Amino acid sequence: MNLLVQIYRYNPCVHDHPYLQDYSIDFPAETDMMVLDLLHLIQETQDETLSFRRSCREGVCGSDGMNINGVNGLACIMPLSQVVKKNKLVLRPLPGMPVVRDLVVDMALFYKQYEKIQPYLINDQPIPVQERLQTPEDREKLDGLYECILCACCSTACPSFWWNPEKYIGPAGLLQSYRFLADSRDTAKKERLSNLSDPFSVFRCRGILNCVNVCPKGLNPAKAIGHIRHLLLEEST
Amino acid sequence: MLNNATSLSRSGLRDWLIQRATAIILSAYFIFILVYLFRHPHLTYYEWHALFSNTWVKIFSVMALIAMVLHSWIGLWTISTDYFIARFQGSKAVYIRLAFQGFFALLLLIYLLFGVQILWGVSS
Repeated sequence: MNLLVQIYRYNPCVHDHPYLQDYSIDFPAETDMMVLDLLHLIQETQDETLSFRRSCREGVCGSDGMNINGVNGLACIMPLSQVVKKNKLVLRPLPGMPVVRDLVVDMALFYKQYEKIQPYLINDQPIPVQERLQTPEDREKLDGLYECILCACCSTACPSFWWNPEKYIGPAGLLQSYRFLADSRDTAKKERLSNLSDPFSVFRCRGILNCVNVCPKGLNPAKAIGHIRHLLLEEST
Repeated sequence: MLNNATSLSRSGLRDWLIQRATAIILSAYFIFILVYLFRHPHLTYYEWHALFSNTWVKIFSVMALIAMVLHSWIGLWTISTDYFIARFQGSKAVYIRLAFQGFFALLLLIYLLFGVQILWGVSS
């Protein structure tokens, strides 16, 4: 099988404009591999200047989020058999983010939004001798929230985040925000909610649901945003 | 917290609630009008006049008109702050955005005043 791989290339020091570079790879027909393995293969055998991020190569670190044939995903857990169409694969960086080089994007704004939601436990009670305990039921409320690896696949698939990345927190940040709002050990619920009630931070979500479609961990940021809206309603009406 | 001087209520939650409440009023009004038209296939001027002479229909129509104005403003404001931003139009963005918002604020105000005048002008 011959596979045509088109990869977005851009080095701001060298190129005036980004462009798609073609690579041709031959495989035995029954071979399958992850998109990340393919990138390594191209880097090792055809073009050592190709740049991309990767670390754990098993869907835990969230470094290799990219746009794979038009859909955001993690290259390390995306098998070619699932994404290749008509023997062609197009790889681009995460959409809407400034490109540092090739498939590597500048995540500064994404992290700035994450920082805004205060992603840590706030508790004004005296520190207990051992740990702060939770009932199994309270702990269960964090399922589907704590698993987020901040790969940015969801936020960079969201048009509201493309237009207003400085003001809209984005699905990833809001999922994390709800993770702390839902935590029975956190005592800053009011303060957290008052930081979210403006017209942009949460309410720029128009329910497009790209975030739910692309999350490589199968999480549901739109549902978390719905819960935040509900908490804001409870708090303010 | 982020503030915005031209959003309807300056609160995301309040805008969101108003948009949903006005959507319900508009849906109810359009269903009412469609049902009326469906039940009067050979509608005459006199029947149409009689409908809008009814005080409750006037109130419902004005409510729908106000709902349309509020609903449109929230939607148009959102569009203007999505697409007319420095990222796309540079330093001109703020002027384009204000012109867009000003034009539609004026248009919606004219709709409202003109609409109220027409609806309340129907003789009983």
